[in-house]
Amino acid sequence: MDSREKILRRIREALSVKAPARHLDHGQTGSMGVPPVNGAARSVGDGSLQTGGTPVLPDGCAVAHSPTDWLPPVPENNDGRVSLFEKNSADLKTEVRHCADAAAVASELALLARENGWKSVASHSFEMGNAAVQSLGLPVVRTDREYQTSDLEKCAAGISGCDCLVAQTGGIMVTAASAGGRALSVLPPHHIVIASRSQLVGDLADAFALLRKAHNGVPAFVSFITGPSRTGDIERILVLGAHGPKKLTVLVLEN
Amino acid sequence: MGTESIQFHRDADRLTHDLRHRGLIQKALGGYYVKRDEQKAKYTDWQEARTSAAAAKYEAVNHLDKYLLELTEKLEARGTKVFWAADGAEAAEYISSVARNAGVKRIIKSKTMTGEEIHLGPALEKAGLEVVESDLGEFIVQLREEPPYHIVFPSMHLTRGEIDETFQKKLGSPHADTPEELTMIARGVMRQKYCQADMGMSGANFAVAETGHISITENEGNARLSTTLPKVLVSIVGIEKVIPKLEDLAVLLPMLATAGAGQNMTCYNTLLGGPRQPGETDGPTEFHVVLLDNKRTSLLADAEQRDALHCIRCGACLNVCPIFKNIGGHSYGTTYQGPIGSVITPHLRGLQSWKHLSFSSSLCGACHEACPVRIDLHHHLLQNRRNAIAEKSVWWEKPIFAGFAWFMRRPALYRLAAPMLRLGAPVLHAIRGKFFDPARMWTGTRDLPPAPPQSFKEYWRKRNG
Repeated sequence: MDSREKILRRIREALSVKAPARHLDHGQTGSMGVPPVNGAARSVGDGSLQTGGTPVLPDGCAVAHSPTDWLPPVPENNDGRVSLFEKNSADLKTEVRHCADAAAVASELALLARENGWKSVASHSFEMGNAAVQSLGLPVVRTDREYQTSDLEKCAAGISGCDCLVAQTGGIMVTAASAGGRALSVLPPHHIVIASRSQLVGDLADAFALLRKAHNGVPAFVSFITGPSRTGDIERILVLGAHGPKKLTVLVLEN
Repeated sequence: MGTESIQFHRDADRLTHDLRHRGLIQKALGGYYVKRDEQKAKYTDWQEARTSAAAAKYEAVNHLDKYLLELTEKLEARGTKVFWAADGAEAAEYISSVARNAGVKRIIKSKTMTGEEIHLGPALEKAGLEVVESDLGEFIVQLREEPPYHIVFPSMHLTRGEIDETFQKKLGSPHADTPEELTMIARGVMRQKYCQADMGMSGANFAVAETGHISITENEGNARLSTTLPKVLVSIVGIEKVIPKLEDLAVLLPMLATAGAGQNMTCYNTLLGGPRQPGETDGPTEFHVVLLDNKRTSLLADAEQRDALHCIRCGACLNVCPIFKNIGGHSYGTTYQGPIGSVITPHLRGLQSWKHLSFSSSLCGACHEACPVRIDLHHHLLQNRRNAIAEKSVWWEKPIFAGFAWFMRRPALYRLAAPMLRLGAPVLHAIRGKFFDPARMWTGTRDLPPAPPQSFKEYWRKRNG
């Protein structure tokens, strides 16, 4: 018998005994699994587990909730989401710059190039970035066609698009298709994301929904980037740029 | 006592009295508490979020066969090779053969506790491969030839001075004063390693059955580089890491970040569902996922403690544990430290050899309260104690308790004994914990309360008499 069958057999044997769904007791179960005398009786069934705890309102009617309802709240409107994204970005040390139009994106990018003294950049073909990257007049390593890792490693900045920006976490969702492959957004020391205001979504669940819709099935590479690379491994003191980018800049196109 | 227990008591005793060590841990954790509480306060309802997270894991663990098969099928559909390993030896053998077949010489590894658990690094080195750890904390302890101190913060017991010394000695780097400089030294070393390595190795925090992805959570970007640049990638995944749906991550990822490090979200959360696909220009051309049992099915078979498999390895229970804070991570002598380690190690490595960890607990319940997936940790410690005694009782405990019960049921005898005990108290105090004390194992680390001048009965008689 191979290990796969052996493991599956052990699992099925083990699962023939049902485990108590103790998380539904909200920790009120007494020692050794004995329910407390005054513990609230809660229904235990596979159907009710998916939504987690269902709160009971004062008038006694239960309301079905999605598990993500318990996470930090997210505004419904786009403006609120943009400002929440900005606030989270500030905490994460992600730089957010607003650009009124495509021309502003190009000038903002040129400004970044001057400020940071870029000698070469890496990028891929994407609508919002093409013109701006070209107007830099710097050598460009393209990662959406065959490229050498060593060439990408030498670039001062990686400029990419993304699938969406996540307001709740201050994160950026990238896939190989939206961000020029798997390495562009993590190997160069400065990552610049160009996104439009309409790409703001509320939370991770929204991002997943978008992922399913935009791609033909969830792609093989998806990453949520939440701030520049960081570590606290030495005396729990925050240092940016542990292995990935030291700087992360998001250019938000207003329309 | 077994050797594990003797070593544990010796190390725990030494570190409990080490004030420098205690200061370091308290400073590191003090910052964590502040950030965690700030972050938790942002949740609409942290307690309900915990229940939701627990529900997702409960569903997965209690239908493990179904979800593992779904995961395997979906991973294979995109060209990933899935290998099921019953134990560490099988996993190491498979990974060595993958390396051999692909002509691999150098491996870059991103922190994996599952890999630590089966001593994967040393096993691969023995097979003639160079294995370099890329996570900064883990890299530091690897250079020092130490095990990780904490499942999330492997080098939290070290000062910058000690790390500087290690770097100078092992890397020949110049003296560095700040965490920033030290981090940049490691970054420089590692950059070359990423580009030279022909195989990457990682663990996984979750594996999504529905879509066939593993999910890796990290702050540094080392896992992204390790899983992107080398041509071959192997990820080692404990079978309990599987979750049913992609949407479950919408709750689990933020909660892992908050409970684990007081973050809103960890810096990089990456889903990997296959090697380089048609149309992609980078990423590994070969991707292997090793699903590891290594006694997890024994824990699964214990329905009472099955929820210990919900664990997402956030380390929150370590950070709040009064035992961990005093004895530190290395004293445990286990891969997984703290309350969760004390609960699961007896299942993974033998109850009789590791039962002492379940006795080293204040049963305060702080671990249970901190756990983002509501594992009933402190009750599991009690259950381990019960199981250990039921399996192998201590011969002198039963007669002692029987004698105590016999004595306590006889008031006349008790009345007689009280003044005698008072007379003997100075002697007891004098020999307490010393060689002549027959109960020194108990009294050596505990206070003997002073004998009262009179008993309640005597007081009552006098008052009314």
